[in-house]
Amino acid sequence: MSKMHALTGNEAAAYAMKQIDPDVVPAYPITPQTELMQTFAQYVADGAVQTEMILVESEHSAMSAGVGASAAGARVMIATSANGLALMWEIVYITASSRLPIVMAVVNRALSGPINIHCDHSDSMGCRDAGWIQIYSENCQEVYDNMVQALRISEHKDVLLPVMSTHDGFIISHTVERVDALKDEEVKKFVGEYKSLYPLLDVSKPVTYGPLDLQDYYFEHKKQQAEAMKIAKRVILEVGEEYGKLSGRSYGLFDEYQTEDAEYIIIALGSTAGTAKAAVDDMRAMGKKVGVIKLRVFRPFPAPELVQALSNAKAVAVLDRSEGFSGIGGPLFQEVRSALYRKADMPVSGYVYGLGGRDITPEMIAGVFGDLKEGRIHEDEAFHLGVRE
Amino acid sequence: MKDSTIYQRPESLQDVPTHYCPGCGHGTAHRLIAEVIDELGIRERTVGIAPVGCAVLAYDYFNFDVTEAAHGRPPAVATGMKRVRPELIIFTYQGDGDLAAIGIAETIHAANRGEKITVIFVNNGIYGMTGGQMAPTTLIDQKTATSPLGRSFQNEGPPLKVCEMLAPLDGTAYIARGALNKPANILKAREYIKQAFLNQIEGRRFSLVELLSACPTYWHLTPGDSMKKITEEVIPNFPLGVIKDER
Ligand SMILES: Cc1ncc(C[n+]2csc(CCOP(=O)(O)OP(=O)(O)O)c2C)c(N)n1
Repeated sequence: MSKMHALTGNEAAAYAMKQIDPDVVPAYPITPQTELMQTFAQYVADGAVQTEMILVESEHSAMSAGVGASAAGARVMIATSANGLALMWEIVYITASSRLPIVMAVVNRALSGPINIHCDHSDSMGCRDAGWIQIYSENCQEVYDNMVQALRISEHKDVLLPVMSTHDGFIISHTVERVDALKDEEVKKFVGEYKSLYPLLDVSKPVTYGPLDLQDYYFEHKKQQAEAMKIAKRVILEVGEEYGKLSGRSYGLFDEYQTEDAEYIIIALGSTAGTAKAAVDDMRAMGKKVGVIKLRVFRPFPAPELVQALSNAKAVAVLDRSEGFSGIGGPLFQEVRSALYRKADMPVSGYVYGLGGRDITPEMIAGVFGDLKEGRIHEDEAFHLGVRE
Repeated sequence: MKDSTIYQRPESLQDVPTHYCPGCGHGTAHRLIAEVIDELGIRERTVGIAPVGCAVLAYDYFNFDVTEAAHGRPPAVATGMKRVRPELIIFTYQGDGDLAAIGIAETIHAANRGEKITVIFVNNGIYGMTGGQMAPTTLIDQKTATSPLGRSFQNEGPPLKVCEMLAPLDGTAYIARGALNKPANILKAREYIKQAFLNQIEGRRFSLVELLSACPTYWHLTPGDSMKKITEEVIPNFPLGVIKDER
């Protein structure tokens, strides 16, 4: 039996963290992540968790403290946004290569500059090659569900990779929605006790974290990270299914909405997928065969699965909430286009939208479907949707 | 006709309302800086470096060129600027989160290198911009959004005394601490600010003025009670006066 709550996205993440009761949470505030950590700080003060919360002096130190605590055998959770993630950068890579299963909520916000506090995905997309699993949430319910699952995925002995669980700044982080939460005992049981495979001070098996690794082994270690990322796909599916049995909400690599007979499909991340679903409902009511794929997992990238899901479509549009400055299009567009390389007859159209919190409306999404139908395909250079010329 | 003006807006301030909360010290600090810059006649060769924090919009209020820096980096940006244009008067304007937390390395190294810049350090004991979280300068037992039970010495350490930490460095020429809680202290603070700019004009090294300032909104006090708090609680922790003057 579960319980309904009215929570913002930040509160939903903090609530999941409360139920998980991680050993260590290093914190440094940044908009729009701030409420998440404040809510959690209140749980700490109320004695609702046993967590050691460390108020450090910057995000670089926050992630470093996370590395230290995790290497010492603790379960570590953390959160940040935009410039905070950028300042962590060095340690973000080190966390992944040290195979430390840290879960981080990234509350998506546009990276400086110019300074902006509103949503886009430039922050987490900047980390797409860092070796972290990346999961994007569409609404507050998913924020909660993904935080709980992220830990299981991250700590799985065949994975041992850190996970970023992201949600859109303000659009999700500050919006109150109904959240169906598991009971504390259910979450405790689902995530289990954390036992580090390679703890410090096991004198019979001494370890070093993050050693110098030159031409001799660096390459092999990177290959191992790449292999773990591939295995993660299987584990994400297993955990998503197990979570479904527990909660009634199962999760895959992406979510297909009205795609079965769809001629035109839009692929999007995060809250925009919800907007796109509303647009699809309106268009379906007018007899148009359109659908949405909400990509949940961006790393590892589910390329063959997506190709399969798109196999009956006539054309597909990809919506990116970040600029890649490649001259071609955003990161999601490039990944999808590359996945579809062998399907040369499938038109793939790229759109960059919503930078710095610019709104995207169902009408704009209907316009994208209209472009697809009428053959206005932006395949060599993404179209900037909603920008003033 | 005889000019009987005894008070007017300094030319270095723009004629616009600010976004600061009632009782916030940033407005007073802006005005003092603007008055000093007018008095020293350096408005046309002064560049300010604005922080990330509540004063992020300082460039909308000062009537001279201002460059924005990433959170905590103003002293490094100022260093680059001053080395290229030594004839300019460069000052940074920073909160305690900006200067004493995320940017403490830049602060210490700019000071230790003896950069010929002026640093105005507005210490309100809290991260105002992000909604009142604990800062390195938060007082023991002070309740904030991230220390709901109050800052503890054991977990978070004592409030960081930046002036006392920087004064022993050979690179620093002038270190002073004022308070923006009552007219007498504000006038004193103005003198410190003037001296910190004069030092730069005369080619002396790193000068820093700390200004104890109120954040009524996140101290959860009225402006009046906030001024009392500065007198009764903040100043005893952060003694006022000139801590170092190399002249
Ligand atoms: C790298 C990075 N981390 C965190 C933030 C979020 N942030 C913005 S302002 C601020 C604190 C500002 O406090 P302070 O410097 O004391 O100035 P005040 O707002 O109190 O005047 C923080 C943490 C940021 N902008 N960049």
